[in-house]
Order: sequence, then C-alpha cells, then structure tokens
Amino acid sequence: MTSQGAVTPALAEPAAAVPRFYRVASRREDTGDTVTLELTEPAIGVPAFAPGQFAMLTALGIGEVPISVSGLGDNRGGQARRLQHTLRAVGAVTRALHAAPPGSLIGVRGPFGTGWDVESAAGRDVVIVAGGIGLAPLRPVVLTALADRSRYGRIVLLVGARTPGDLLYTDELERWRRDGVEVAVTVDRADSGWGGEVGLVTALIKPAGLAPGNSVAFVCGPDIMMRFTADALAGEGIPVHRIRVSLERNMRCGAAWCGHCQLGPLLVCRDGPVVGYDRAAALMSVREL
Amino acid sequence: MTETVAARVSAQPFFATLTDTQRAALAEDGITEEFAAGERVFGEGGIADRFWLIEGGSIALDLRVPGRGDRVIETLGPGTMLGWSWLHPPYRWHFGAVARVATTAIAFDAASVRRRCDADPAFGYALLRLFTPLITERLQATRLRLLDLYAAPSQVGQASTEPADA
Repeated sequence: MTSQGAVTPALAEPAAAVPRFYRVASRREDTGDTVTLELTEPAIGVPAFAPGQFAMLTALGIGEVPISVSGLGDNRGGQARRLQHTLRAVGAVTRALHAAPPGSLIGVRGPFGTGWDVESAAGRDVVIVAGGIGLAPLRPVVLTALADRSRYGRIVLLVGARTPGDLLYTDELERWRRDGVEVAVTVDRADSGWGGEVGLVTALIKPAGLAPGNSVAFVCGPDIMMRFTADALAGEGIPVHRIRVSLERNMRCGAAWCGHCQLGPLLVCRDGPVVGYDRAAALMSVREL
Repeated sequence: MTETVAARVSAQPFFATLTDTQRAALAEDGITEEFAAGERVFGEGGIADRFWLIEGGSIALDLRVPGRGDRVIETLGPGTMLGWSWLHPPYRWHFGAVARVATTAIAFDAASVRRRCDADPAFGYALLRLFTPLITERLQATRLRLLDLYAAPSQVGQASTEPADA
C-alpha cells in the first residue's frame, strides 16, 4: 500500500479497515437457508449505510463476506446503531453467520460502495425487480420510498423466486401491498399449494404497464437475471441510465485496494455494487478471468 | 359478435403489426370464449384446433406427472397468446391448460386460419412474424429457468465461492 505512495481514502477510515463489533439482537429465519440478522449495540459503530451499500461481515475465527444492508437501520448521529442484513448460508462464513444466535458478536466493516440513490427517483415511478435473495438489498428501496410516499409516483415491485418456499419477506410483501405497492410475484417452480404466477420474472414486466418515460428501475439478482431484466426494461423504453443494477463480484478488502473485485475499469467494491446499466451492460457479458 | 371481435382484435397490441385487412381477416375466425376458474381449456395430447388471445384472467400451462399430479409450468395473463401447437403437424397439444381464475379470451379457429395462411402467403408470413418472437421469448425464458439461477451453489452441484476456511 505505502509502496504505491498513497492510502486510498476508504482505507484511511478506521471503520473501513478494522471491524467494529455488533451484537446480534435478533435472528429471523426467512426461508430454510436464509436469515435476517439485526445487529445492535456497537461499542464504536461504523458510519451510517445508504440503501444498496454493503458491509464486510466477520464470523469470528472463520472469515469475512460482503453482505448488503437489507433494512434502513438506526442512523442517529450518522452512525449505524442498528443494522439489518439478510444472508443465505452457502459457504463456511455465511453458514456461521446464519447460525449466529442472539447475543453473539459479529464484526462489521463498512459502509462500502455505491448506493441505489433512491432520492434520484423522486417525482418518478419506482420500479423494483428482484430475483431470489436480490430482494434483500432492494428492501431498503421499498422502505425508503414508502417512508416518504408522496415524493414518489407508483412503486412497482416485481419479484422472482425459485420456489414459493424461497420467497423472502412474505409477511412484508402483503403489508407493502396494503400500503399501495404494486407487488407481483412469480416462481420458477410451483408446488401444489401455489396459486400465483409461474415463470421468469421478466414476464411480470409487460403486465405491470410501466410508464417508461417516468420510471427509475432498481434491479438485483443473479447477473444473468439482471441482464435479461434490464434489457426487457430498456425494451419497454426505460432509458438505460435510469436502470440500476447491483453487481456482485469477489469483494475482499471493500476499499478498492486489493483488486479482487475488478470488473473491467470498475472496482466493484468502490465503483459499485450499484451501477447504471449504461455502464454495466457491456461489463456484464465479460467472461471472468 | 364478429364486429365486436374485430374491434377487440384491433385493440390488442399483440396484433399491432398486422394490417387492418389482415386483422379483419383474422377476426373472422375469432369468437369469444369464457372459462370458469378451474375449467380445463385443453388437455395434453388433445387436438390443437384453436388458439386464444387472453383478454382477462389467467391460464396455467400444466403437465401431468405420474404420481405428482398436474404440475404448472407457466402462467399466462392478459394480452398474451395461448397455444401454438396448431401451427405445425401433428396439431396436438404438448401441454395442458387450465383457467386459474375466470378468464375471457378470443378463440381462433386454427384450421381456418391455416387455410388463410395457405391462400395468402403475405398473411401467413405476417402471422408467423407475430408468433416467432413469442416462441423465441418463451424459449429464452425456459432456458434461463433451466439454469436454476436462484439456487444455492450446493443445490446445483457447485462449490461456493466463499472460502472453505479462513
């Protein structure tokens, strides 16, 4: 680092380089392999997160993973006093975090990366398209828009999941519906008890009857899902610079220092994860090295 | 009724690329059809003698899986076309279709439409150009679903990209 002559601004921040410890206040099982952890009581907190930004969460003695915030939290005094993270158990670290009981300690570094910039959609329709656990980073977009409802036009939430049992926040989806959010849900594989839509999430776009000239779109899910969704939204007429996607790469340092998350000219931990589709489109079809 | 169907055909974005004459010709082969919730529209292996433009409601495409009942493969809503097995021999449905809720559609007489296509290649080509993007779109969606994009790595036999150990 010093041999390059400069410390990156993000690393100069202690909260970016050194984990702060938060206590697990609650643990809610969203699906069979996914939980939402509420983290509180930091002795020294990290700065407040914006929707779309991510933290590096540490499972002590095991490792660290990047996880986006999934709630608005409590940001009094500019500090993240309460954080929510929804995570899926897929590897050693997330399995440990998934199993973390209330009262246990979890390390937090951050906030990192770019946010959704929900504010920029003021006066326009908010179109949110989520695939799988991609709904987690988008939940703060819904909550932000609902918290200041009069500033936004329609709020359209289109959700795709693998199976009905993999759907996140099912109780909140109903509440959001009651609050005026236009929610449509589809699954790839239905079970016998499912009475909703079956098919790819892109099939929900046309029936939503979007006003493309007055919409800002927020898309999160697997890369391929985002690419096809963003193309479909652009096909409906939403300008590509008003379609935002959240890229997920191999974020390690979170501070644009290690280069693990480089994607073309971007270091995703700094220049992403949220990127306009006008920049992201060409990068999303680049074969990884 | 034919006039009403003609107006409704003209109002459907799906038919927007047809000429007025072509839309009028197609409408002559169309009638209104309504399905109650749970009513079967067609069954797997049946004769594909019609196709439908769904105007309201919802249709589930399904497939009978022995021991597992009728499995829903895809749902189709207003503004979408139901059925393309009528386009090519053997003119039999590969899947079944059932109304999930009360559904209204314009049903087209497949044999008559095919005769029009044979008699007027320009009409036939225009109709094929309507259906080809629809078929392509559904094929692409099916391929993406085959990838099982939302599955955890372990569910699709992949290793997680997370470190196995710190």
